[in-house]
Amino acid sequence: MILAWLIIIPLAGGVAAWAAGRKDGHWPRRLSLAALLIDAVLFVVIWRDAATEPALARGTWLAELHLNWIPQFGIGIHLAMDGLSLVLVGLTLFLGMLSILCSWTEIRDRIGFFHANVMAILAGILGVFLSLDLFLFYFFWELMLVPMYFLIAIWGHENRQYASLKFFIFTQAGGLFMLLSILALYFIHHAGTGVYTFDYSLLLGTPLAPMTSLLVMLGFLISFVVKLPMVPFHPWLPDAHTEAPTAGSVILAGLLLKTGAYGIIRFVLPLFPLTAPVIAPAMQAFAVIGILYGALLSFAQTDLKRLVAYTSVSHMGFVLLGIFAMNTTSLQGAVMQMLAHGVSTGALFILVGLVQERMHTRDMERMGGLWSAVPRLSGMALVFGLAALGLPGFGNFVAEFLVLLGTYRMSPATAAIAAAGLVLSAVYALWMVQRAFQGNRRWSGSLPDLSLRETGIMALLVIAIFWLGLYPGRVLDITRPLVSTMQFIPPSANQLDARTGGPAHDRMP
Amino acid sequence: MLKYALIPLLPFAGFLIAGLFGKYLKEKAAWFPIAGVVGAFLLSFSAFLDVLGGTVIDENLYSWISIGSFSVNVGIQIDQLTAVMLMVVTTLSSLIHIYSVGYMHGDKGYPRFFAYLALFTFFMLVLVMANNFLVMFVGWEGVGLCSYLLIGFWYEKKSASDAGVKAFVVNRVGDFGFVLAVLLIIATFGTLDFTEVFAAVNTPVADVTYSLFGGEIAVVTLIALLLFLGATGKSAQLPLYVWLPDAMEGPTPVSALIHAATMVTAGVFMVARCAPIFSLSEVAMNTVAIVGALTAVFAATIGLVQNDIKRVIAYSTISQLGYMFLGLGVGAFSAGIFHLTTHAFFKGLLFLASGSVIHALSGEQDMRKMGALKSKIKITHAVFFIGSLALAGIFPFAGFFSKDEILWSAYNSSDLGRVLWVLGVAGAFMTAFYSFRLIYLTFWGKSRVDHEVAHHVHESPKVMTVPLMILAFFSITIGLIGMPGALIPHANWFGNFLAPLFPHAEHAAAESHGLERMLMVFSVLVALAGIRMAYSFYVKSTAIPGKIVEKFQGTYNLLLNKYKVDEIYNYIFVDGLVHKLAKVLHSIGDVKIIDGFINGLAAAIGNTSVQGKKFQTGYVQQYAFAMGAGMVVLVGLYYVLK
Repeated sequence: MILAWLIIIPLAGGVAAWAAGRKDGHWPRRLSLAALLIDAVLFVVIWRDAATEPALARGTWLAELHLNWIPQFGIGIHLAMDGLSLVLVGLTLFLGMLSILCSWTEIRDRIGFFHANVMAILAGILGVFLSLDLFLFYFFWELMLVPMYFLIAIWGHENRQYASLKFFIFTQAGGLFMLLSILALYFIHHAGTGVYTFDYSLLLGTPLAPMTSLLVMLGFLISFVVKLPMVPFHPWLPDAHTEAPTAGSVILAGLLLKTGAYGIIRFVLPLFPLTAPVIAPAMQAFAVIGILYGALLSFAQTDLKRLVAYTSVSHMGFVLLGIFAMNTTSLQGAVMQMLAHGVSTGALFILVGLVQERMHTRDMERMGGLWSAVPRLSGMALVFGLAALGLPGFGNFVAEFLVLLGTYRMSPATAAIAAAGLVLSAVYALWMVQRAFQGNRRWSGSLPDLSLRETGIMALLVIAIFWLGLYPGRVLDITRPLVSTMQFIPPSANQLDARTGGPAHDRMP
Repeated sequence: MLKYALIPLLPFAGFLIAGLFGKYLKEKAAWFPIAGVVGAFLLSFSAFLDVLGGTVIDENLYSWISIGSFSVNVGIQIDQLTAVMLMVVTTLSSLIHIYSVGYMHGDKGYPRFFAYLALFTFFMLVLVMANNFLVMFVGWEGVGLCSYLLIGFWYEKKSASDAGVKAFVVNRVGDFGFVLAVLLIIATFGTLDFTEVFAAVNTPVADVTYSLFGGEIAVVTLIALLLFLGATGKSAQLPLYVWLPDAMEGPTPVSALIHAATMVTAGVFMVARCAPIFSLSEVAMNTVAIVGALTAVFAATIGLVQNDIKRVIAYSTISQLGYMFLGLGVGAFSAGIFHLTTHAFFKGLLFLASGSVIHALSGEQDMRKMGALKSKIKITHAVFFIGSLALAGIFPFAGFFSKDEILWSAYNSSDLGRVLWVLGVAGAFMTAFYSFRLIYLTFWGKSRVDHEVAHHVHESPKVMTVPLMILAFFSITIGLIGMPGALIPHANWFGNFLAPLFPHAEHAAAESHGLERMLMVFSVLVALAGIRMAYSFYVKSTAIPGKIVEKFQGTYNLLLNKYKVDEIYNYIFVDGLVHKLAKVLHSIGDVKIIDGFINGLAAAIGNTSVQGKKFQTGYVQQYAFAMGAGMVVLVGLYYVLK
């Protein structure tokens, strides 16, 4: 039941915030934060259990909830948590709280409704990370979408209408493909077994003809790679990220993109164990293109926020590469990258938000020389710029290293090309710092440096990113069981290897 | 031996204090980094004594990345090579920290400067103390970061901030090689620990070949070449040397510590550390030797004509690093490290002394606006002279012993080695010439100093001159620790100390001692000829250089413009190609094709965009409503059917 509470509490907090917003601007913030704090306590309880829980070692669920909902249609409330869900829930709560905190002074309009939306998105994301019933999963998948649309459309910047619509159409179109695939799977399963069910654990073994399997899988995949996003399905991202209010950008980049990656790991690979490896080489190619393309394009931006947005395209390319390199090393790297990117890009978006709040512009041509005016803010921008370029010591380095290492074992050439992304990331990250924070001042007046609240936010993010970078052992331990029990059958490996357990081909030479 | 983990941590503590509380500490902030670095020096000395007593430390502190079959630890290793590097790094770093108290006095970024300098020392110590490739990479990238921060220390100056970015990006190209080498090492050996990898290189595990561009290449060669690519970036060798001259935009103590004495030698150190890998590959060894020798000559030719006092020394650094690689490449690893050690002292000295000149002339760096300074800043002149003698390789100054050991090893190695020896001697001639061109232009002859500046010419304060004198002392004496066997048998303490790591055959067989001595005399004569030529050009008959320039205008311009390599680099990276490519990709790829396709699709399906927005915004709200309604229906169904 603890899993249900994880989702209900933020929802309830959002409703309460909405109600309270009619009277006073401060209560929505406090109520939302309180709800997330309660959730965080629940999270800590599970996390502490996970440390001793033998389930972790066996690779089964840390917590599970199974209730009937509409049994006639085979729809149930099936929530479950393993190591992967656990760390992503942690990331969601962490960034969720920071989103509330960073909107403390930025949002002054319809505060109650704003927080209701934020909390609804967070609840949707938590639901996505916890649902094991495909119907329920789809429900939460859609639940994330609409409030995010409102967030961009109501509290966004100049071009918010266009951006929010683009975001909605892209993800909605992707979602429809997934719905078709879910239904197809549902009926195929019934045809084979006579049982109607949306339950993940029952659908897992559904036998599919190769062509059917490919089509059904593509339906899922399109939905997930749009969210990820994979080049060329990314154009919604720069617009949505740029136009969204800070909290929206943080949640988009830090969390929403991760649901795409999560979907592939949780559903695509296990549901289609024979078909996924077939398209893996193509997906790796797309991933590498994304890494380089995103990095190059971020170099072409003059809008600070757009630049950060494009770096996400590049970084999520590493996630995709890690997933489709299909071995434990690369998958652990992909999960690590999801966390590290969530923290580092979240931090960069918050910083851009702080700059915009002070200067009322995101145009780097109108910045310059910020370092002497706001040294603490600029120092933080440098720190997270360095995280973005994958400097050792930051979580991003561990992640990218593991992805490259795992990829290398599958295809040295692919790894080598992806590693070239490290050079490009240095170019855009330092270019950003140079354009915006160094050089001549191209503005006048004076700006306040980070306040106590803002310093606190940044301190938490700094601790998180270094924790992931210097002491990643805890997270790697927690996520290992899932990825190592997955059955991977690479196209090249023979069937015998595949049957004796996925990681067989994955051992060190 | 956990206390030695404090060696890097003490400077790190200094960094934290100066960095976090600099605002309140003001110029007092300097004392924390200084205390940290001096503490590291004392501990290093203790570690050095341990190693001298035969204790080699190799210990893991904690497990960093562990994923089932493969794990990397954070660990330290202090063997003979590390002990030498520890002494060099902490000595130079301490002296330069102290010098900076005077040099940076009054700068508004004073605490930040010391914070960065201490952070640099921390990473440099991590680099030399690492016991595996990945931790070494942490230090490797970290020193690159600090180099970037310190080159761009005066970030309001565009040229400085550009130079910083350039340094980091060019280094990243090298790091790309390093990363690939690391991946290849894991794939081949399953571990990154130095001891385990080096133990495995001679086993059948390493008998793997890769086909690359149509040819077969042994894995050991490939690893070595990729690592060397990393080294060419960090140690400014052809073709990745372009960042180092620009790095002179940073404050002079930075040039001394990072871009002469320590960081740029990281590549040399790394190759020496990986000697067990390199020595197995003739291709890699020859590559190292050839690149080193070519760089030594190439950079020296540019140094002949530069007018900026720091740039001359910068090109000289690139050239001297080339000598170190030449030594490594012909198998004389300890000679390479020996030159690294002596060079750290005399080049650190030259940079700090040039800082003292610049300080005296209120920031002037152009040698055409100097001259006749020797009577005004006597101490600076004296130490500069000593440093230049050491650099030129005049007996018995430090550079003589180390450079000669390298040249002799090259001569003695193979036919290729003899060709490289010729290059090395040619480079030595040029080195002597440009060093003394610098001395004569700056300190001798007639004064060309601007009037306003001339009034303020003054010797630097004690806090600066005392470190100079200490370094001058070492520039005279440090060479004596590596006396060649040809002069005094068995006196090469340095070679013997490193012998457990680099087993060098007693190549100085007695019968070749005669030849070795002859070559020594020869190379000293060559250096003296270079000095003599500089004397006649720039002191006696100052008209000669002008005439030569007139006659060889083309060559002169080519050298003065550094073979135009920077222009090519700028064209590609700075204002040109990459950025244009990015812009084009953005406008064509993202905006025209992908967005155009989507917008076109939208237009084809529905209304024009203006109406479309209205219509579709409403659509979203309807959708939200439908979703809510759907939920109600579902929940209702649940109760009805229950």
